[in-house]
Amino acid sequence: MEQKNNMSAEEFLKGLWKENPVFVAVLGMCPALAVTNSAINALAMGLATTFVLVSSSLLVSLFRNIIPKQVRITAYIVIIATFVTVVDFLLAAYTPVVHKELGAFIALIVVNCLILGRQEAFASKNRAGLALADALGMSFGFTFALLCIGVIREVLGNGSLFGIGVFGEGYEPWVIMILPPGGFFALGFLLLAFNGVTERRKNKAKLKDLN
Amino acid sequence: MENLIWIFVSALLVNNFTLSYFLGLCPFLGVTSRLETAFRLGLANIFVMVITAICSYALNTWVLPYAPYLRLITFIIVIASSVQFVEMAVKKLSPELFKALGIFLPLITTNCAILGLALFATNKGYGFVEGIVYALGAGGGVTLALALLASIREETRLMDIPDLVKGTALNLIIAGIISMAFMGFAGLFSAT
Repeated sequence: MEQKNNMSAEEFLKGLWKENPVFVAVLGMCPALAVTNSAINALAMGLATTFVLVSSSLLVSLFRNIIPKQVRITAYIVIIATFVTVVDFLLAAYTPVVHKELGAFIALIVVNCLILGRQEAFASKNRAGLALADALGMSFGFTFALLCIGVIREVLGNGSLFGIGVFGEGYEPWVIMILPPGGFFALGFLLLAFNGVTERRKNKAKLKDLN
Repeated sequence: MENLIWIFVSALLVNNFTLSYFLGLCPFLGVTSRLETAFRLGLANIFVMVITAICSYALNTWVLPYAPYLRLITFIIVIASSVQFVEMAVKKLSPELFKALGIFLPLITTNCAILGLALFATNKGYGFVEGIVYALGAGGGVTLALALLASIREETRLMDIPDLVKGTALNLIIAGIISMAFMGFAGLFSAT
């Protein structure tokens, strides 16, 4: 039993850092850059993706023995599209402002490679518990990455965080950061930082091995 | 006519799918190490986009008024089958190209640029001809962005770049600079 728990925990944790979908696998870039011009949009996008990924992973994992191999991709896409439609209508009903901001990008969750990738690589081969842990880990990792980008872009580009000013009146915002190029720059430099930290850890581990 | 030119140029330069909507970034960062491959992927993209525009017009006119909640599912399935068609055609006509594009051809299905095109064209209420012109402009824009990044990347191969920066980080920063240059097109039409 304990080993089972360990396995789930491992599947959960790997998504957060070691196999982080945005920083390491570089999947799901379109929403990661398109809607992260403010922290609140990034968070909303992250949560919507979380819902879709977790529910479709669970369903795919439960049906993994029923879905015929030849049409599996189509089956996954139909499942994902169904949940995205649900999220789209839910957001439109309860938070129309956020829904309007995110616009077509909610619908575009369907084609987020991260989600289809997890179905093909993990959920279709593992039992429901593990698939759930994997989906949760991946989507929290994704939300975390989106939030990082969103916070950086909003703070620099607008001088505010979640809509509340942080620098006071005298701050001249870097407008470029909330425009499209800012998305590329923010993610590029975050990746650099991420690589730097990973590299450093590796070197430290190597040194330890030598000693 | 003027309207059509405006739609084309707007999708090609001002609202470039890759550089200002961030659509279709996976192939943008994945297949752009060689100019020729990037260019051919761009052409495949244009082809699929035109098919998508025709399909989405047909769906919007005859099917979706009766069942609006099926929009996403039908779009995706129609696009997936049209991509399958391109894949079979390419496999038959040029096995070499099929090998070169590798995993990315089936991935055009999950390419946001394609679904994005269908959704944006629907939201903007484009008719049949407008839809096709929009698809040509958007596809041309994606090809342009792919070709630009690929040619810059070919140059960087000869440069002395720190290991840490190599790979996606560098590509993203290059893309940011290209995107910044494209922002200059924003004033192209609003002034007149």
